[in-house]
Order: sequence, then C-alpha cells, then structure tokens
Amino acid sequence: MDRIEFLKNKAIQIRKELLQMIYDAKTGHTGGSLSSVDILVALYYEIMKIDPKNTKWKSRDRFVLSKGHSVEGYYTILADLGFFPKDELKYFCKFNSRLIGHPSVKVPGVEMNTGALGHGLSVAVGMALAGKMDKKKYKVYVLMGDGELAEGSIWEGAMAAGHYKLDNLIGIIDRNHLQISGNTENIMSLENLKEKWNSFGWNVLVEDGNNIKKMIDIIKKIPIAKKKPHLIIANTIKGKGVPFIENDAKWHHKVPNKDQLKEALEILDSLLKKGFNI
Amino acid sequence: MNTNIPCRKMFTNTLLELARKDSDIIAITSDARGSVTLEDFAIQLPQQFVETGIAEQNEVSIAAGLAACGKKSFVCAPASFLSARSLEQIKMDVAYSNTNVKIIGVSGGVSYGPLGSSHHSLHDIAVMRAIPGICVILPCDIHQTRKMTKTLVDYVGPVYVRMGRNAVPDVYTKDNAPFDIGKANIIMEGKDITIMGTGETVKIAFEAGILLKEKGISTRIIDMHTIKPLDKEVIIKAAKETGHIITVEEHSIYGGLGGAVSEQIVQNFPVPMRIIGIPDEPAITGTSPEIFKYYGLTADNIVNIAVKMLD
Repeated sequence: MDRIEFLKNKAIQIRKELLQMIYDAKTGHTGGSLSSVDILVALYYEIMKIDPKNTKWKSRDRFVLSKGHSVEGYYTILADLGFFPKDELKYFCKFNSRLIGHPSVKVPGVEMNTGALGHGLSVAVGMALAGKMDKKKYKVYVLMGDGELAEGSIWEGAMAAGHYKLDNLIGIIDRNHLQISGNTENIMSLENLKEKWNSFGWNVLVEDGNNIKKMIDIIKKIPIAKKKPHLIIANTIKGKGVPFIENDAKWHHKVPNKDQLKEALEILDSLLKKGFNI
Repeated sequence: MNTNIPCRKMFTNTLLELARKDSDIIAITSDARGSVTLEDFAIQLPQQFVETGIAEQNEVSIAAGLAACGKKSFVCAPASFLSARSLEQIKMDVAYSNTNVKIIGVSGGVSYGPLGSSHHSLHDIAVMRAIPGICVILPCDIHQTRKMTKTLVDYVGPVYVRMGRNAVPDVYTKDNAPFDIGKANIIMEGKDITIMGTGETVKIAFEAGILLKEKGISTRIIDMHTIKPLDKEVIIKAAKETGHIITVEEHSIYGGLGGAVSEQIVQNFPVPMRIIGIPDEPAITGTSPEIFKYYGLTADNIVNIAVKMLD
C-alpha cells in the first residue's frame, strides 16, 4: 500500500474510533471532528516534526486546536501515535479523566488548553514569535473552525501575524460551512474569506480539506511567500465519511445511537476495504 | 513632598535591568508603553518587546503562546482593560493552561480618577481571586515593587499584579522591603485591633495605626501584598490576638481584600470586622486623594471606625 493509501485508511480508522468514543461517552462533537480528520492526519502523520516520546522537544512543530470542540479526532490521533496509551480513549469525558471534552495540556502532546473559541490563533502567534526570537526552524500550525471566525479576537491575531510577518505560522480553516445553528453565511456571513485574510497580510491558499494528498502537497510547498503568514482555507464536509451525518448542522454535537453507530461503522468499514477515495 | 517615582516605573526599571541579563524575559503591551513606562525597554531591548496595538485579548494570548515556548511573559497594560477585556484569555490561556505569564495591571483602582468608570479597575481583585491557579499581588511602594519584580522573574506560573499610577510614599526602605509571595508582612505590632491594607492603602493603614497608638490603642498593621494565595495564618492569628479587624482597599467592598479576609474570619474565628473600600456604585470621579477622602479611605476615617469598634 502506498503512503497516501495508508493515510486514507488511517483517516477511516480514526473516524471509526472517534465515533465509538463519542458513542461511549454519550457526548462529543461529531460533525466537526469528522470534517477535520483528514487535515489532522496530513499534519500529524506526514507534515509535523514531532516526537511522541519527547513531547517537550524544543524544536518540535507546534499545533493548536483553536476549534477545541473537535477534540475527539485529535485525542485519537495522539493516542495512535503513542503520546498516551490508546486504551485510555475509553475514559473520554468520564469522571476525572484527563481526556476532557476540550483539549487539555494534561494530555501529552496537547500544547494549550482550548475550548473557548477565538483564542488559538493569537496563542499560535505567540509561539511563532518565540520561534523567530529563538531563531528556531519549527513551524506553528493552528486549526480554526469557520464559525469561530466571528470572534473578534481572531482578527486581532490575524492582524498581528501579518504585522510581524510570521512566515512560520500556518493557519488552517476547517471550512465546512456549518456551525451549531446552521449555515455560516446565514448566521454571520464570512465571505469573502480569501480577500479578508489577504488584506490582513496573509498568503492565502484554498484546498480540498478532505483530500489528504492535496493537503500534504499544499502544506509541503510552504513557505510559498516569504515574510507572510500562511492560511489554508480547507474546504471540507461537516460529518465527512458518514453520508447520513454529512452536511447536517444537527450533527454538530449530536451523539449517534446504537443503530446509527453500527451503520456508520459498517459504512466506514466498507470504505476501508475498497480504499477510501476522498 | 514625595519625590518617589511611581511603582510602575520602578517595575519597568527593574524589569529592564533583569531582561538585559535574561533574553527570555519578554514585555508585551497594547499601545501602552507610555502609560506603563516601557519606552526605555522598547528602545533598548526591541527584540524582547512585543507591541500588539490596542488589543488586550490578543496580547494576553500571545503572551501565553510565548510562555508555552519557554519565555517569561510580562503583559503590561492598564488594569481596567487587562482585567476585564481580556479576562477570558487570562482564564483560559494563562491560568487554566498554567502558562508562565505575569499580568501587570498598571494605573489600577481609581488611579485614572477623573476619567470615569471605564478607566477604573475596582473589580479586578474579585475576578482574579475566583480564577483557579493565579496569584494576586498588590505591592505598596517602590521598594516592595522592586523586590516583587525580582521575585516574579524567577517564579514560574500565572500572576496578576496591580499597581497604581501615581508616586506613593514609602512604607519600607531600600534595604528592608520583605516580600515573599503569600506571606503577609506585619509592619506594626498591636493587641487591640488589626488593620489590613493592600497596595496603596497599606500606607493609609499604617498612618491610622500611628494615630491610634497616640490614643493608646495598640494596633497591628498588616501589609496583605498577596491576596491570593492568602496568608490565612496571619489573619486567624490577628483575629485571635486582637479581636477586631478592619480591612481597607482601593477596590469594591465586594470580593476584594475584605471579602478574602472575612471568608477566613467567619469560618475560623469570628470577630467584629469592618470593610472599607469603594461601595457598589460607579465610583465618583476626581483625583485619587479626592476619591479616597470621599469614600473614607483615609487614616482619620479608619481611626474613627476603630474607636467605635472598640467602644
């Protein structure tokens, strides 16, 4: 199996595990976790320089999950990579578990507590500034939700990243067009996103965020422009991989019942066998 | 005539001195280099200075990101904005994430007296106290400020500091300014009543103590420079040994020094207590001394209250 096929299968496996996790915990954010899996797989299995055995390695690449509610895929991947035992995933959201419903630094591999929206980009700006000050080559990745972009603090961070010409900073927007109350353009219109980020001094790229190969290719080309932060508008489908969950805002934090879980796992299994062509 | 520099200036002078020897010390501000007195720092150590423009939320999160990469972040801006506009960033990115960030609120309380409630910070102690994992410190003079600044550079973890805008008279001396986080200073011994101050009100409490002594009332004066973690031992001991407690603070009477002390008193050793501070209203405007006088944050008023309590 070539590397991309392996990663596609990995993304299916992660989807299966996160659905099981949400089902077991009876809580979670199903739609946004499924939409962002392929982005996380591209970053964590192919792009980022990290060491699960040395989580405080000073030159590691940094990642901040600004859309902290999509934590299930994140935890699943960190466990799969060996940051903590995979067996622990069954304690997700259980009493006194360190696998809290939003990212926690108690979990090895997590760089910053998130969950309140609109913080992650500015935190990442601080990390990128530190990298510049220390003349380190690490890159800082931050994954934002599209609904999250209504937070004013995002634009404070965007302005600062442009001002400080942080070409070691890569923002990714999980552009699935849905937030908890409906379509982003009906709730608080975001477009034209490309022009907005461009005007804040960012180098803006648009890619299919559910296509692992394309995501890897585009990130590997960075820095495309020197002295500018990079933004990838990753077009995704909320609930990607399970047709009855896809493109439905109700699945923002809906938990599958027993039958729905069974059906979803069967669908994903069938994709696993055929080779998932995202 | 008080010829001191303001505490904020002593803080920035000391920070600059320490930062010259430690490149991990970073000062972050939001178009407040003038009001904080960070101009020299910005000119002399530009590589250790981060300007965010008027964006308090951004500056706190950036400070947390810097700290997550090993920097010693000092976010410096007017207390009124830092403690309210960026409160969620302080809660999430600093306290909850346990990043090594010092939140330095300057011109706190009613320092910006004439400018109105927008610029007053009379809520900051209360809100910071309720957030787990962050120390709350109010130095009372330049000597303690210098000692505090040196301590904070080596202390790892979230801290909120509030200082005033104006120069204040000395409580301590250059060579004798005790400061250990969480350990209150007894600056006058007494057995009839205890008066506790924090920040600028320590001097007022001390003056009241002198006046009471002249009246034959033995007064214990305590500098509660750290409101969190609170020196519970010194409070309970004061209740047991003096039987009467007065707190005086440049803060709302709700949730500040008085709140913190009374929580200990009522649960451990109840004694009569009075809380002197700013009542629950948009504070009257004027100079700091005018406002202090209006609300009774004066030595004379403290003396009157103490005498009545002991009557």
